[in-house]
Amino acid sequence: AALNDGLRSQVSAALKEGRVTPTELCQRCLALIKSTKFLNAYITVAEETALKQAEESEERYKRGQPLGILDGIPVAVKDNFNTAGIETTCASNMLKGYISPYNATVVQKLLDQGAVLLGKTNLDEFAMGSGSTDGVFGPVRNPWSYSEQYKEKSVPKSHSEDGEFNWVITGGSSGGSAAAVSSFTCFAALGSDTGGSTRNPAAHCGVVGLKPTYGLISRHGLIPLVNSMDVPGILTRCVDDAAVLLGSLAGHDPKDSTTIQDDFKPFELPNLTDVSKLSVGIPKEYHAPGLSSEILALWSKAADLFKNAGAKVVEVSLPHTRYSIVCYHVLCTAEVASNMARFDGLEYGHRSDMKDSTESMYAATRREGFNDVVRGRILSGNYFLLKQNYEKYFVKAQKVRRLIANDFVKVFRSGVDILLTPTTLSDAAPYTEFIQEDNRTRSAQDDILTQAANMAGLPAINVPTALSERGLPVGLQFIGRSFQEKQLLTVAKWFEKQVQFPVIQLEEVKRHDSGVFQHQKSASFS
Amino acid sequence: LALWVPVVGLEIHAQISSNSKLFSGSQVQFAAPPNSLVSFFDASLPGTLPVLNRRCVEAAVMTGLALNCSINKKSLFDRKHYFYADLPAGYQITQQRVPIAVNGSLSYSLCVDNKMSQMVTKTVRIKQIQLEQDSGKSLHDDTRSQTLVDLNRAGVGLMEVVMEPDMCCGEEAAAAVRELQLILQTLGSSQAVMAEGQLRVDANVSVHHPGEPYGVRTEVKNINSIRFLAKAIDYEIQRQIEELENGGTILNETRAFDSKLGCTVPMRDKEGKQDYRFMPEPNLPPLILYDAKSLPANMNHQQVINIDWIHERLPDLPSVKRKKLVERYGILPEHSFTLLNEDGLAEFFESVVKRTQMKPKKVIGWILNDLLSYLKQHSLTVKESPVSSFLLADLLNLLEKKEISSTAAKQVLAELWKGEGKTPLEIVKEQKLELLQDQKELEQICQAVIDAQENQ
Repeated sequence: AALNDGLRSQVSAALKEGRVTPTELCQRCLALIKSTKFLNAYITVAEETALKQAEESEERYKRGQPLGILDGIPVAVKDNFNTAGIETTCASNMLKGYISPYNATVVQKLLDQGAVLLGKTNLDEFAMGSGSTDGVFGPVRNPWSYSEQYKEKSVPKSHSEDGEFNWVITGGSSGGSAAAVSSFTCFAALGSDTGGSTRNPAAHCGVVGLKPTYGLISRHGLIPLVNSMDVPGILTRCVDDAAVLLGSLAGHDPKDSTTIQDDFKPFELPNLTDVSKLSVGIPKEYHAPGLSSEILALWSKAADLFKNAGAKVVEVSLPHTRYSIVCYHVLCTAEVASNMARFDGLEYGHRSDMKDSTESMYAATRREGFNDVVRGRILSGNYFLLKQNYEKYFVKAQKVRRLIANDFVKVFRSGVDILLTPTTLSDAAPYTEFIQEDNRTRSAQDDILTQAANMAGLPAINVPTALSERGLPVGLQFIGRSFQEKQLLTVAKWFEKQVQFPVIQLEEVKRHDSGVFQHQKSASFS
Repeated sequence: LALWVPVVGLEIHAQISSNSKLFSGSQVQFAAPPNSLVSFFDASLPGTLPVLNRRCVEAAVMTGLALNCSINKKSLFDRKHYFYADLPAGYQITQQRVPIAVNGSLSYSLCVDNKMSQMVTKTVRIKQIQLEQDSGKSLHDDTRSQTLVDLNRAGVGLMEVVMEPDMCCGEEAAAAVRELQLILQTLGSSQAVMAEGQLRVDANVSVHHPGEPYGVRTEVKNINSIRFLAKAIDYEIQRQIEELENGGTILNETRAFDSKLGCTVPMRDKEGKQDYRFMPEPNLPPLILYDAKSLPANMNHQQVINIDWIHERLPDLPSVKRKKLVERYGILPEHSFTLLNEDGLAEFFESVVKRTQMKPKKVIGWILNDLLSYLKQHSLTVKESPVSSFLLADLLNLLEKKEISSTAAKQVLAELWKGEGKTPLEIVKEQKLELLQDQKELEQICQAVIDAQENQ
């Protein structure tokens, strides 16, 4: 079986032919979740409902009437998506115990197609962060920390001075979803991407992370960070699977006025063999300060790969890239300040015991409910939105955003089909090292290669490329034209085939892999 | 004595008459059980998004056109932030940067010196009309030290109509608001009943000496009727004049009208000026409206609003209706005002005119003097009148045919008010109110009366 065999070609067939049942799949995943609990990838495991969904799926397969490729497929959802009847916490004290009465549109779509919802995955609180380390349920551990590959290369360094195991972070903020997919506990997971929150952890965890074009997939039910940049993200083990998920989720939603009206037609990815008509752009500004020499070399190697295969590879310039951090900071914090205003303890969520007055109740509730990161962004955002500051900061940032977006327009108009860039500055850092700097600093550093795509609303994807010297995954990013996901994913699939990224060697996975997993050597389940 | 020029502007919030709210599908209904009309979006549940209600946009376009505004083909939505228990999201969605309609005007009439016969027409400029959400209601229960929040009203669509400070006193403001109310009710864009909170008026009042710049203004809130509007404004003007003449200053503050005391009082301190931190509403694209010229050829007309289409279907506005009444029936202009001022009265009048040979100029007297005063006495609306237009027409026909005298007619009318189901003819017969036409019979009666006198 090849790397790009996945849900469509393998699992679906296996289920239809009865070689494996939805219940078996579900049970296996649930068991694996239990034995990988130390990863802390899941906040809530919905064991009962998942098994029930699996049973119902099984009935449908028995009748020969599966709902589609996703019928019976175990999936996980980041805990900032509303799931009816299952706790939605956003990894925050503010929403601990909050049971939403409705499903996010994307969740509903998955369920309508028979997917089995295993649970809600861990994240940075309210999706603010690039490490998945700042949620109230603790940090997520990168499964690769426990892989043979990492142990081989990093054993001497993998224990800190006091003997504590120095596991590495997943990246963030969708770290739980990335870890879940990476450790085989589900076949696909939903994340969110505002400044790179799906692509960053995808790169660190060695999985495919797709950020779709803004407006393609509904945000109804996704608890917002930055409404004008958020998108639901897709995490899978191969590009083909991402296309399957995209096909099931994309399309106009009347409940989300920012989704496009045009009809969306799900597509199958062609097996590209000839890239001679392809023009790949290499944006020079993405050779950012702090980019590891390893990744630089890998990026170069990838560019050569395209060149040698006959594609046109050109250096391009996105001159306003260096302003994107500051621009993002202003716009993000401003929207955060606004979006978080609803958390007052009155209608839902945590409510403080402070009863002196409404104002004091609000203040205490918000102080108790939000962590420092969230509160810091609210304060910054409110500052930028003050009447005397609005023009200087918010409006200015909007203008800079326009310039950043125009950079891409110009480049794509010049004949370039797709951009190739690194996704992260380096491989995953050990947790103890990562937390030496605060969330704000880390986010600013880590978002540099990913957030411009959010500013411009463009589709982008992380494809796992190779292992670093430390034995950890490194990915590369492709950025495509607006709504040209088909082209983006086709190229990504071709690249995936060329690089043949290795499967994670995890003992826990091997233990549970009796039968179904065993036959396959591919990174995707089949 | 120094001459003072009072300046009055108004901010009017009219609740849009629609089945559902401005951005969500929950129902709009007055006096429903608390928190029974609240959607997930209204309650600000995280992850919910606004979806614009077409009917509300149409209502605003109609109102804008009726007020001679330019309709902005592109308008924008913004968030206005403040914390309050009746504002679940912590912000209101409104139109601060580019509202849906601007630069209109409203003409209204006033009686000069309280004489109905002398009416003068005035105009007030309409600065803009914007769409925005209404807030919920909070009730303070001081005995239990708690606040009860009802979100039924949260998210209901409002049109904020801003009238420039072109008015000079309570009377003008009251007349302007009354005319606006009639226009809104004619359009159906708002039921505009102040008592039910469907029309709320805040007044901006200041005074200055002629030739000098405008004075500091105060905002007067908590006005529950048109009558109180006039009172509150006139009180505030007086208060400001007295304050300034005594060497004091006017604070740029918000004051509440106390209807019991008939005065304005400073409202509870809001800790200085609020900074609403306006920000574009990122979940709503710009609102694009079309007209016949700009309408794209293959556009699904369910998806768009055509301003010209709405314009063509506007009903006759009150000013037009009044003119038609005067022209058609030869009544006086001030009569037409009274007819339109009472809900259903103009229709009643026309119904009577249709059914009687009596000239409209005479009918109007019976409508305005007799019918209307009786209704007022008993606090009844025209709809509740025990005397229908049919009955009144029958009565007036008897009078017109000289079968009864006008005194007798008034007597019959008094009887009809009892609403016992008798026709005018029956009452006339019962009370023997017929006019005698027979000459001979009349002579006999007269002779009998004379004879009786002589015998005394």
